[in-house]
Amino acid sequence: MDKPLVIGTHSFSSRLMMGTGKFSSPEVMRDALEASEAEIVTVALRRVELDNPGDTILSHVDRDRFVLMPNTSGARDAEEAVRLARLARAAGGGSFLKLEVTPDPNYLLPDPVETIKAAEILIKDGFTVLPYIQADPILAKRLEEIGTATVMPLGSPIGSNRGIRTRDSIEIIIEMANVPVVVDAGLGAPSHAAEAMEMGADAVLVNTAVSVAGNPVAMARAFKKGVEAGREAFLAGLGQPRKKAEASSPLTGFLR
Amino acid sequence: MTFYDEIGQHSWQVIEQEILDRSPADVERALSSSTPGMEGFISLMSPAADRMIEEIAQRAQLITEQRFGRVIGLYAPLYVSNSCTNSCVYCSFNADNPISRLTLSVEQARAEGAYLHEQGFRHVLLVSGEDQNAAGLDYLKAVVKGLRPLFDSISIEIYPMDTDDYGELARSGVDGLIIYQETYNPDRYKEVHPAGRKKDYRWRLETPETGGKAGFRRIGIGSLLGLSDWRIEGVYLALHARYLMRRYWRSQITISFPRLRPAVGGYCPPCPVSDRDLVHMMTALRVFLPDAGLLLSTRESPHLRNHMIPLGVTSMSAGSKTDPGGYTHDSGTEGQFEISDHRSPHEIAQTIRDHGYEPVWKDWDSSFIV
Repeated sequence: MDKPLVIGTHSFSSRLMMGTGKFSSPEVMRDALEASEAEIVTVALRRVELDNPGDTILSHVDRDRFVLMPNTSGARDAEEAVRLARLARAAGGGSFLKLEVTPDPNYLLPDPVETIKAAEILIKDGFTVLPYIQADPILAKRLEEIGTATVMPLGSPIGSNRGIRTRDSIEIIIEMANVPVVVDAGLGAPSHAAEAMEMGADAVLVNTAVSVAGNPVAMARAFKKGVEAGREAFLAGLGQPRKKAEASSPLTGFLR
Repeated sequence: MTFYDEIGQHSWQVIEQEILDRSPADVERALSSSTPGMEGFISLMSPAADRMIEEIAQRAQLITEQRFGRVIGLYAPLYVSNSCTNSCVYCSFNADNPISRLTLSVEQARAEGAYLHEQGFRHVLLVSGEDQNAAGLDYLKAVVKGLRPLFDSISIEIYPMDTDDYGELARSGVDGLIIYQETYNPDRYKEVHPAGRKKDYRWRLETPETGGKAGFRRIGIGSLLGLSDWRIEGVYLALHARYLMRRYWRSQITISFPRLRPAVGGYCPPCPVSDRDLVHMMTALRVFLPDAGLLLSTRESPHLRNHMIPLGVTSMSAGSKTDPGGYTHDSGTEGQFEISDHRSPHEIAQTIRDHGYEPVWKDWDSSFIV
């Protein structure tokens, strides 16, 4: 039996977090979220009207079932991210916050300097901060020291579906971390999610691969299985890959 | 070095010849590369690519879906003034045209905004002619102030200003700037802009950079399609977009595809652009610029707009009026050009849904700006 994923004061049994962008309709999004069995759902503050109960996205996210994690996508510096986060909480967005400071609108890569600045302020404000970062082990440690609830290193640029291109750095982050490591961005297939979990990541966050799939609901289910399979393999203890088949003790067998 | 200096290194004729020289094999190579680059883009814009428009369109669809998802943003133009000191021969607002001139009061502009808000819009584009006496900086700031509570994104399509003035607008709540070069061909530019400040090709060309320096989050460029050869215009647009992306990397670049429409004055476009050409140009630009916003207005017919939903468009206007005050009352003045798609915003949103896409009314937040 796996232990729960603990983030801040919450415990979760699902290790798959879902995004809400790019879906062809709110109904498809709702069904995909349900099929994923995720418990944490992130939503871009720029896309929603938090104070409007009829908002097309929010009205399709069951708040009894999912922890809503607003994100600051679009913020290009700490000041903007902090302002958005505070407004979101005032409008009932809860205390979970996916901190994204992405000054370039094309690759949406995170700014480490501004992310640290914003995290410091938001943690003092009482937010449970989950920062989106480059796969930089030292940056991850610095954020952990400040008090972020997780670190969320990218596998490859957001929406790129390229999988884990930052494997070596993510391995170091996992090895060194005292907070959950959530691999976020770039996971394009359930096998990528499984790979992250096999490496020992605590959770993954997926959006584009599900929302633009031919059948988003089925793909959400597939990701759920990929995450579970990878987690189970990690817990079971994976054998190390070898270049060729080897006798058990070719050099020291004579000692027996 | 500004973009004016950069395009000084290219010549219209040389680019034209390069486009004509491309072979089908060049086009195939461009299509098989994940990063076709400027060389590949020139191949995609060439006559040799005409037969491969389906392949280009499929590639464009794939890239757009990957990058933006199955969504189309909706916005509406809000014309605040048709008063203009320029003499653009293709435009109804040409100072020489005997149309009645109107500049909305701040209250009238807000009433127009309230109407658009009621229709569901949260992104608005303020449009005016170039007349600083009628619609100067202070006036525009007052209009923006009145509209901010209603909209999450306010863009402007007005006239060139300097960095300080644009900066003031940016700080007062404007997040996007649209400024078309109209044509990158300097000779044609001179012919169609005989008078007014707009005569100055270089000043116009460098204005998007001014917008980048002023800090606008979105910078929109475009050629007025029909003024000159669309293939060459497309290459200049691509050069311009790439230049801006590399220097003003915090801003998103958007490209519009305004095709000349009948207007007062009866100007006849010298280089008409067919539906097929328009689709070719837009999809090729998408392949070259996966991250650019691509805008399609109500200048185009419902038939064409419906079919372009899955081809790379990221935003569409809907229910537009191009005369100041036109939403809330019959202003009795001329629009800037004739609208071709007269469907209501809700009809267009439904059409977008019918195509398996989600209409998005809000994709920004006014709290990004202090």
